[in-house]
Amino acid sequence: MHSQSPSVGIVTPQIAHFDAPLTLKSGAVLDAYELVYETYGTLNADKTNAILVCHALSGNHHVAGFRSEQDKRPGWWDNMIGPGKPVDTDRFFVIGLNNLGGCHGSTGPSSLDPKTGKPYGKAFPIVTVEDWVETQARLADRLGIESFAAIMGGSLGGMQVLSWTILHPQRVKHGLVIASAPKLTAQNIAFNDVARQAILTDPDFHGGDFYAHDVVPKRGLRLARMLGHITYLSDDVMGEKFGRILKNDVFQFGYGVEFEVESYLRYQGDKFAASFDANTYLLMTKALDYFDPTHHHRVSLSEAMKPARADFLVLSFTSDWRFAPGRSREIVKALLDNNLNVSYAEITAAHGHDAFLMPDPHYHSLVRAYMSNVVRSLGI
Amino acid sequence: MIARSDFAAIAQWVTPNAKVLDLGCGDGSLLKYLKEARGTHGYGIEIDDANILACVKKGVNVIQMDLETGLSGFEPQSFDFVILSQTLQAMRNIELVMKEILRVGRQGILTIPNFGYWRRRIQIIGGRMPVSEDLPYQWYDTPNIHLCTLGDFEAFCRGHGVRILDRQVMCKDEAVSFLPNLLGNLAVYRFERAG
Repeated sequence: MHSQSPSVGIVTPQIAHFDAPLTLKSGAVLDAYELVYETYGTLNADKTNAILVCHALSGNHHVAGFRSEQDKRPGWWDNMIGPGKPVDTDRFFVIGLNNLGGCHGSTGPSSLDPKTGKPYGKAFPIVTVEDWVETQARLADRLGIESFAAIMGGSLGGMQVLSWTILHPQRVKHGLVIASAPKLTAQNIAFNDVARQAILTDPDFHGGDFYAHDVVPKRGLRLARMLGHITYLSDDVMGEKFGRILKNDVFQFGYGVEFEVESYLRYQGDKFAASFDANTYLLMTKALDYFDPTHHHRVSLSEAMKPARADFLVLSFTSDWRFAPGRSREIVKALLDNNLNVSYAEITAAHGHDAFLMPDPHYHSLVRAYMSNVVRSLGI
Repeated sequence: MIARSDFAAIAQWVTPNAKVLDLGCGDGSLLKYLKEARGTHGYGIEIDDANILACVKKGVNVIQMDLETGLSGFEPQSFDFVILSQTLQAMRNIELVMKEILRVGRQGILTIPNFGYWRRRIQIIGGRMPVSEDLPYQWYDTPNIHLCTLGDFEAFCRGHGVRILDRQVMCKDEAVSFLPNLLGNLAVYRFERAG
């Protein structure tokens, strides 16, 4: 039973099939594709209360609620979205989808290529944030949603929000950009490349066509996730959680698991490697690296944001060093330069980048207050 | 909404539909007041979490940052008015903030409590630091580390390239024109960069 906290309850994913060819930013064309999505709440008659939730690197369409009566773990942003929650599903119609290239039901490298009857593997084209926005817009068309009351996302999800407001300014009333950045730094790209190298050099990767060999590049994926996990946490929170605690009280003088932090990281790595597709991981990190509304400084970020018409809430977290507050301030500056309505808060939080997924009271109060104004301003 | 006594004085100088920046905007009351009274497009700067939340609740744009480090991120002359309402006396670096006000704003509007107000002078003569309704702190817990008289502030302006365009001195919501440095407890200034 999940009665202790209000939830959207049991949810069933839906699949939207698209037959119109999609030309990607890379020039590659996908003839047809599917997007898997979930919705919570009810779309009003005017279709003005829709909210799109964009997921981050390893996220998916299962944002809130439970998959079954027995399911113990709710969707990844269940603390934020639900009846009476900061994003109140009694007011809003919320859509979560798995992005193109994903591995949770939308067409991606592990899906069957209709031309060959085999998984796409390395044949699946690299997609970008802009490509995702295009597919999300098509899904909105399908659902009859002309404009979103709000589009929200953390991290890579926040980049999709920014991209939406540039590419489809008339279709976004409010953008919530959380723990995000206008583009990655060299350090961030470097982390992503180490993660990719771990996967690409795994002998079980087979150039991306490991499906045919009936193996999974688990070692690579596991290392990639372990590295990523370190960067999503803060030094403080790791220290607090694990310190130098040993699993057995004395040193073993070997290379097995000794420190609690090693055990934790390996567990996280193994869990991830068993459930996530290596090609999708590569593709998602590449989408992160490529995102740059300034097109390599051809324009300033302020000029890049010029088409945007939305109001914004930008949030960062003090201990987030992967998407540090300074990166959010760059976004805020670009919005200010364009006279757009924006509020920005730097939330004191210990959890590093992962803080955007945590139920911090001040953080949730801010989102709740902002969304209440969205309700008021749109007369929902 | 109960407006603080300086709100109306500030609003009289703010041109309709102006773009304003309120430094140390508190709970956003002034910005909301100016939006309703003057149709302004405003942003506030604030450091306190509770005030940030109060602004968001009011639907007032607010940016969380520390004013003491200046206004990096704001372009020169990008606001019609930069307002500092009863905040200056609590700031560490007065010269920096005044310089930044005139860099970012075409004009500045500032409210300061007058430390030369006669009741405060009497308290000093009586041998104690002034404590009053408008400056309610004890010497040991006051956030107001840079109190000045109107004479002090105006001398500062002369020495720092600040041209005062307007001044309204008040005492308990009433305008004061006679012996302002003695009879006024609060002053509102409008100013710009000299030269």
